[in-house]
Amino acid sequence: MSPKPASLASLPLGRSAVVARVRGERAVVRRLLEVGLVPGTRVTMTRVAPLGDPIELRVRNFALSIRRSEAQGIEIE
Amino acid sequence: MTRPAAPLVLVAGNPNSGKSTLFNALTGARARVANYPGVTVDRTSAALTLPGGAVAEVVDLPGTYSLSARSREEQIAIDAVLGRGAPSPSAVVVVVDANALGRALYLAFEVLSTGVPVVVALNMADEAEQAGIRINAVHLQTLTGAEVVTTVATSGRGVDRLAAAIGRAVALGERPVPHVERPPALVADLARLEAAILQERVLDRPGAARAWAAWLLLSLDDAGRDDLTGIPPSLRALTHDVRARAREAGRNIDLEVIASTYRVVDATVDAVVRHTDPGRRTWTDRLDEVLTHRVAGGVVFAAVMMVVFQALFSWSEPAISTIERAVAWAQALVRGAMPPGPLTDLLADGAIAGVGNVVVFVPQIALLFVFIGVLEDSGYLARVAFVIDRLMKGIGLHGRAFVPMLSGFSCAVPAVMATRTIESRVDRLLTMLVLPLMSCSARLPVYVLITATVFAPGERWGVFSAGAVLLFAMYMLSVAAALGAAAVLRRTVLRGPGSTLVLELPPYRMPAVRVLAVNVWARVRAFLVDAGTIILALTIVLWALLSYPKAPAGAAAGDDLRHSLAGRVGRLMEPAIEPLGFDWRIGVGIVGAFTAREVFVSTLGIVFDIGEADETSEPLRETLRAATWPDGRRLMTPLAGVSLMVFFVLACQCMSTIAVVRRESGTWRWPLFMFGYMTALAYTASLVVYQVGARMGWGAG
Repeated sequence: MSPKPASLASLPLGRSAVVARVRGERAVVRRLLEVGLVPGTRVTMTRVAPLGDPIELRVRNFALSIRRSEAQGIEIE
Repeated sequence: MTRPAAPLVLVAGNPNSGKSTLFNALTGARARVANYPGVTVDRTSAALTLPGGAVAEVVDLPGTYSLSARSREEQIAIDAVLGRGAPSPSAVVVVVDANALGRALYLAFEVLSTGVPVVVALNMADEAEQAGIRINAVHLQTLTGAEVVTTVATSGRGVDRLAAAIGRAVALGERPVPHVERPPALVADLARLEAAILQERVLDRPGAARAWAAWLLLSLDDAGRDDLTGIPPSLRALTHDVRARAREAGRNIDLEVIASTYRVVDATVDAVVRHTDPGRRTWTDRLDEVLTHRVAGGVVFAAVMMVVFQALFSWSEPAISTIERAVAWAQALVRGAMPPGPLTDLLADGAIAGVGNVVVFVPQIALLFVFIGVLEDSGYLARVAFVIDRLMKGIGLHGRAFVPMLSGFSCAVPAVMATRTIESRVDRLLTMLVLPLMSCSARLPVYVLITATVFAPGERWGVFSAGAVLLFAMYMLSVAAALGAAAVLRRTVLRGPGSTLVLELPPYRMPAVRVLAVNVWARVRAFLVDAGTIILALTIVLWALLSYPKAPAGAAAGDDLRHSLAGRVGRLMEPAIEPLGFDWRIGVGIVGAFTAREVFVSTLGIVFDIGEADETSEPLRETLRAATWPDGRRLMTPLAGVSLMVFFVLACQCMSTIAVVRRESGTWRWPLFMFGYMTALAYTASLVVYQVGARMGWGAG
């Protein structure tokens, strides 16, 4: 493992990873956890919006869109 | 648990789970829509005859991913499930999307943990089958302790079995809660809170108290900045203490609570779901390749928005003119049948005109909500937010604010109502406070009259006619003002928690016509009842202001108006508006325009003694061109015209907008704030335009 944990925002299109930790403002983190982005969950980067932000993820068999700024707080392993 | 006479059944579920469609299929079209007290969230309820003859009241809760809350709007769900400040439910139906059980069961386990009898409706079972998702419903029933019914809300499949299951569930009474393995430290925290809750007698059932303890830990803000209600100060203090100790110990309580529930969800899904065909490309994937594509997506987006825009502008036109003709006809009828006098005037110009002022919005409201319903239910509205969010977020607006803002070009009244598609209260308030700055179609007659008055028809600036350039400039000004105001308000009055985007992109689906019809009617009805009564009352007040006291008998209509309170207000206002380039007669027009902006034109017709006039009437233009100040200076110079147009772009000259913002924000505070800031903005901008223009010698001739 690299010393600095990778963030979900850096995950290439079409690739999957497992959520390690979610950081950020409490309300945002809580929301992300509640829709299922808890540590141990597999996510796939499926799409990027036409203007480069937000991104679309596949998680728990549904499509979830979040901003890159929020994805930066999600560490992956 | 207290048993109400008629059993109460709640329907809970994630957004996009087909919850409302299922509610409709279950109860038929007899739903009643009201507001939850103190918040602007629809409370949709209907009677359901259970097998066996008992009649239950069924309530459709707002769609949510969890029971935790940061606002009073979100608090509705937990309070309803626990029967706090409301009757206790006899059963809760949790509608879960069979395609996304791994997320949907989270809410189901939250509800199950309260001990209330639950029926799980495994909805959209047809889609799941097609996608190769096999769910062992019997096993799911064993693991959750809740009866599981497979449903397809859109076709009505399983709805009878759901009603039967509800009938069985309401007879159950308190249920054992499913076991959730929590970390030992969290178990101790929950036990501490649970004991305090029972001691405070906030809740009397241990199951409910434990569920509420978890809710308090997740929901209460550490700095006390939430507006959640009904929480005794001692419990607030204890919750803060528990959270603070956990933080010191390096624990994250939110994560502990949510992750331990999700472990049960994951174990359940592993046990009951077989995905025979994972990774298959769906119809939605293929559509999204086009609809969210860099180029094609933009083209489709622009095309869809053009259709909506065009429809609001022109498709509603025949219906609006029919309503206007009907109003004129009814007024003539009253005048013909009754002797002239104050009562006849009140009836014709106050009451009938007032009803007309309300009903005239119905075509645009209905059309906009048909469009929004189709866009939302088909799944495209979420893609609109996905595509446009990047542009909107810089301003501080939510991606979902785009359609309401665009509708603002047509009319702010339906547009303000359309902000209900935005979840967060702060984002929603921000959108409704700035969208009246978008130049609506009622401003157009004012622009047309002014440009036609102050510029000769052939006047050109370069290749463009002066009128066209000004008209374009006014629209640009309105957009800039709306976006600028949003950016400023976001950083001042409506700072709040940062705007976020956690948006589900549901699969594309065919909207159900019946649900659409029920929703559109619910919106129209709510408008007629709530905003309509305010508009009617204001119309009568303004009519009285513009008519009384009367000039001595035999005077012309213009004398009456000059003599009226509005006329006097206009005269009193003159020193204040003279620096903007307006005399008292224009002031009277501005007062009259409060009924609706286009009324400015007909009020000017009366105050300048033209009689009946519209924006195309040449006598009114002639009179305005010839009008002078007492010292002989021309009144309507091009500069004064521009100043007046700028005023109309920015001022909140519309009582109906104020009425609808009152309804949608739930208080008078926000509409009054909106009126205040827009008037100040309009006054300042017109002042700058006129004074700077006059110094520079622009358009004085």
